[in-house]
Amino acid sequence: MYGNDFSTPDRGAPEAAAMPRQEALADPPGFQELIDADGRIEPRDAMPEGYRKTLIRQIAQHAHSEIIGMQPEGNWISRAPSLRRKAILMAKVQDEAGHGLYLYAAAETLGADRADLLDALHTGRQKYSSIFNYPTLTWADVGAIGWLVDGAAIVNQVPLCRCSYGPYARAMIRVCKEESFHQRQGFELLHSLSHGSEAQKTMAQDAVNRWWWPSLMMFGPSDAESTHSEQSMRWGIKRFSNDELRQRFVDMTVPQAEALGLTLPDPELRWNDERGHYDFGEIDFTELFEVIKGNGPCNKQRLANRVAAHEEGAWVREAAAAYAEKQKSRTTGAVA
Amino acid sequence: MTEADASPARGRRRDWPLWEVFVRSRRGLSHVHVGSLHAPDAEMALRNARDVYTRRQEGVSLWVVPASSITASSPDEKDSFFDPAADKIYRHPTFYEVPEGVKHL
Repeated sequence: MYGNDFSTPDRGAPEAAAMPRQEALADPPGFQELIDADGRIEPRDAMPEGYRKTLIRQIAQHAHSEIIGMQPEGNWISRAPSLRRKAILMAKVQDEAGHGLYLYAAAETLGADRADLLDALHTGRQKYSSIFNYPTLTWADVGAIGWLVDGAAIVNQVPLCRCSYGPYARAMIRVCKEESFHQRQGFELLHSLSHGSEAQKTMAQDAVNRWWWPSLMMFGPSDAESTHSEQSMRWGIKRFSNDELRQRFVDMTVPQAEALGLTLPDPELRWNDERGHYDFGEIDFTELFEVIKGNGPCNKQRLANRVAAHEEGAWVREAAAAYAEKQKSRTTGAVA
Repeated sequence: MTEADASPARGRRRDWPLWEVFVRSRRGLSHVHVGSLHAPDAEMALRNARDVYTRRQEGVSLWVVPASSITASSPDEKDSFFDPAADKIYRHPTFYEVPEGVKHL
């Protein structure tokens, strides 16, 4: 899964994006040189405040996306059509939780506090990927999410494995290794449906129709409108532009759709021999920005579920802490 | 993926304590740091580490260490701290000249 690190144009970044010019100028000695030489920045290294804040925001948003991303698919665990599919789906949703945890831990190496990060998610100060604000209406949506959403996430995440910040890059390597199973299981699920009954094929096509455009939007606004791309490129956090990655995703997905026997809902989609890429239609970014603003189909539900899970689990966290405290005092008591 | 030598801001927290996780991927290899997690005690830290870091048989043995117990060298003094080794190239076998034709040396 992937956290979109961008916000609506009228708002600026959700948090910590605007850094004073001075901070950007006052790099610690050797910092930019290390990045330019493709070196890695590690937790206690001196770093510009803007670099730290940008990373915390991006990694936290990414972590939030993994955690919220458990919901759309979790919705189908109890109704998976076979034990095989159910076991696969549970493993996948569990992976998303794991990915969230790798990423929160990476953000914490920058001095962020876990409780603060969760608080920022729960109060809406930090965002998660807008893709998870769409509903999963049928079983085929589980396939479409695996194939398209995780497919787009992989294209976004593979370059992050070489991100200049060591702990983030290492977390992404783990995530990417696990993500390829996610994409394949989605493809296989859709392949079964598209080669099944007429009704199953219709269901698969409907899911692809609904998830295609939101998946393209996962790469963020077009390069012309992307706000903090340039600085992130200089800092080695981002390696390719939104449009480059989006094109890569389209090029790799079109032949896969053909293999599935499904169509992608874009009449302008066709191979351009001159460019050596597929051309595709214009993306309606007003929809993306509406969803980011909170007006997507499931924004309120996703966040309410997340907050409820956190609050209802409070007694477990407290009980475990109390038990640990009691055990500790007994051990010290026995020694004394 | 919290590092042992993370920023000082993490001392104060409302969360469970932080643990660093080390995995031995197979017998014959040493434990390697893989990341970190929060847990109320060592036993739970081990269980959580199993679920978070070894879902695909990545390990045959796990260590969890309270992050606060780790003492790390400072990146600020890495030059002065590691410098003494820099000018002792005679510690490497390539420093020595060996006459042509001499084998097994």
